Amino acid sequence: MQRWIYLVPLIVVLVLGGLFWSQLGKDPHRIDSVLINQAVPPFDLPPIEGRQRGFSSADLLGQVSLVNVFGSWCIACRAEHGFLVRIKANREVPIFGIDWREKDRTAGPAWLARHGDPYTLVGDDPDSKAAIAFGVTGAPESFIVDRQGIIRYKHIGPLTPEVWTETIKPLIEKLKQS
Amino acid sequence: MITEIGHFALILALSVTVAQAVVPMVGAARGNPLWTAFAGPAALGQLLLIAVSFAALTHAYVVSDFSVLNVAANSHTDKPMLYKVSGVWGNHEGSMLLWVLILALFGGAVALFGRNLPPGLKARALSVQAMVAVGFLLFILFTSNPFERIPAEMVPINGRGLNPLLQDPGLAFHPPFLYLGYVGFSMAFSFAIAALIEGRVDAAWARWVRPWTLAAWIFLTIGIALGSWWAYYELGWGGWWYWDPVENASFMPWLAGTALLHSALVVEKRDSLKAWTVFLAIVTFGLSLLGTFLVRSGVLSSVHAFATDPARGVFILGLLLLTVAGSLALFAWRGPTMKSGGLFQPISREGSLLFNNLLMAVAAAAVLLGTLFPLIAQAFEYKASVGPPFFNMVFVPLMVPMVVAMGIGPLMSWKRADLGPALRRLWFVAAVTLGALAVTGALVGETRLMSMVGIGLAVWLAGGTLVEFAGRSRLDPHRMARMPRGAWGMTLAHLGLAIAIAGMTGAGLWKQEKVLTMQPGETARIGGFDLTLDAVRDEPGPNYAATRGIFTARRGDDVVAVLSPEKRVYTVEGRPTSEAAIHSMISGDLYAVIGDPQGDGYVVRLFWNPLVPWMWTGCLVMVVGGALSLTDRRFRIGAPKRSRLRGAARPAE
Repeated sequence: MQRWIYLVPLIVVLVLGGLFWSQLGKDPHRIDSVLINQAVPPFDLPPIEGRQRGFSSADLLGQVSLVNVFGSWCIACRAEHGFLVRIKANREVPIFGIDWREKDRTAGPAWLARHGDPYTLVGDDPDSKAAIAFGVTGAPESFIVDRQGIIRYKHIGPLTPEVWTETIKPLIEKLKQS
Repeated sequence: MITEIGHFALILALSVTVAQAVVPMVGAARGNPLWTAFAGPAALGQLLLIAVSFAALTHAYVVSDFSVLNVAANSHTDKPMLYKVSGVWGNHEGSMLLWVLILALFGGAVALFGRNLPPGLKARALSVQAMVAVGFLLFILFTSNPFERIPAEMVPINGRGLNPLLQDPGLAFHPPFLYLGYVGFSMAFSFAIAALIEGRVDAAWARWVRPWTLAAWIFLTIGIALGSWWAYYELGWGGWWYWDPVENASFMPWLAGTALLHSALVVEKRDSLKAWTVFLAIVTFGLSLLGTFLVRSGVLSSVHAFATDPARGVFILGLLLLTVAGSLALFAWRGPTMKSGGLFQPISREGSLLFNNLLMAVAAAAVLLGTLFPLIAQAFEYKASVGPPFFNMVFVPLMVPMVVAMGIGPLMSWKRADLGPALRRLWFVAAVTLGALAVTGALVGETRLMSMVGIGLAVWLAGGTLVEFAGRSRLDPHRMARMPRGAWGMTLAHLGLAIAIAGMTGAGLWKQEKVLTMQPGETARIGGFDLTLDAVRDEPGPNYAATRGIFTARRGDDVVAVLSPEKRVYTVEGRPTSEAAIHSMISGDLYAVIGDPQGDGYVVRLFWNPLVPWMWTGCLVMVVGGALSLTDRRFRIGAPKRSRLRGAARPAE
């Protein structure tokens, strides 16, 4: 057998080791969205069953909005849902929903019928078109988008009253003024 | 005081180990018998000192000595004794101490039972073993000292407890078995390096290496099965394998180790595949080290990596690179000189073993790539995650030809075989396989391709294995009794895999799941069973408060089981865990989880997990097969005088 073949494993290990070395100390949990301060990528989602209008990127222009990614399959979304309904009741900010990866077209609408519907517009996103555009890593995730349609903030996981009052609400007020 | 003795013993162990790494290696190179013979006593001394150190830490846990930082951070007086003891290795520092203890145990075992080993090989292997130990001892003493004290005025009244998820018998014994497996492969590694230094690999070498590898493989199989079982019943998601980095970390050495077991067989029987076997030995241990590294360093995010600290990561990565790159450099230098004796045709027992070896190595490489991909992508400023779809897509197609070949391989003769006679003996098995598929399709109503592939493979493998067994034993009890245990071992291990494949197919593809809100008195239907939520009660436990749901499962009018899942909140940590209730039957598991209150009812998750018990049974059968094979008389090391003579006189065989 050729002698150089015996060198291949060593080279592979050295390359991998170098990669490891360069990555040590970086927090793998921190996910910087590359989309912060970028315009929302264009998308156009069809409506969910029982609604007339879908949800497209053009709907985000002209007002500060909250975009929320949810799914009827997502247990954490249910935990968050009551809070969204409350935000809607207080008329704090319009909420746009992306109903993500439903296996069944009726699952999302049934879920909203049961738990309340806080969304101004909802788009059906069974194959992650908008979710990929937003760089969604899981559900629930929420985004604050300003009047010009630029993403200003990303929240991973369920929204809580603490995050809302401490971070998101002040940001919305600031964006509304500017 | 006892704690300080433990710390001191560990420092002494380091100095003994350094001597063990240097003296025998030099002695073997210079032909100095006294220096060479130093390896054995040094290994025993190292074992004794590390055992003292480990005992001291255990003592601190048992008496709840909270002046020791490690105990204060991980234990609590209210904890049951079992979990006080398992708390010793339920944390980073203690688990590293367990790691070196097991390393020393294997070294000590070689020193004690390896009397028929050629002195040079034994000295070099123990020296290599000691080099690994030095690295880990330095790591413990400099970055993860379990004996660190808390200043007297700051000693807490009680400890901070152990992660409640880990307070579970399945997990209490999961790390020790996993480590016995990981570290056990260090023996194959040390022998491989010793062989590279000596420039000789022969049948005798393989005969010494195989039992150690087999023992490590058995432990690792148990460890992985325990871990999977724990995830299945404790995490409450009804799943048993997530292709999580930590799981992959234990699975990669298993794949490589399984390949190693089989290629060492070829070295032993046919004096072939030598360089490949040495390479596999290095890779297997390298992957074991990588497993330790992945869990301990935090370079990859994972559901259950509970110790993350970059400073330690740098140390372990340095150690890993030094060990693996160093030994692969030695391999690149000396490997080409390994001359293979036995030639063979592609269609032969060796050929089929090599075929499966390659598939297993590629599978291990694929899992490695998938596990490290996020890291590689991140290095190029690109975020990516690789999920179960990738692993299933890559892994399953590799396993299909492997299992097909596993059915045929044992029927082929060594050196050169005809596929024809082997296949003629298998037409019956092929017919049975088709029959089983028809039954699955018609009666169970399963016609999806993957179900067919899974069930087909399981039946094919079981059938091929039984045909081989029938041919060898001619179904004559006297012949069976005289069959070598190694042959029994192979039959059982392969049958175990067949059973496990059936289980994985059922559990993976036929699972039913329902998430719903149930009020007491309501009934839900799943997997042909009716589950009624009779009541929900609050119950206090020893160190937690529990909400317990009581379900009655009925099939028609017959009560099948009462399931009582719990949601627990551990009072010290304030962390909730869910205790799934599982009722196991041959056909599958009924699995219930109770969640938070919702309106007047509770969120419950119900699962029907078909054939899950088959997976655990399959693993158990594999382990029994391995253990039987381990007791084969060829491996009874050091017992008969005859073999000592043979070992010394004609090691080349």
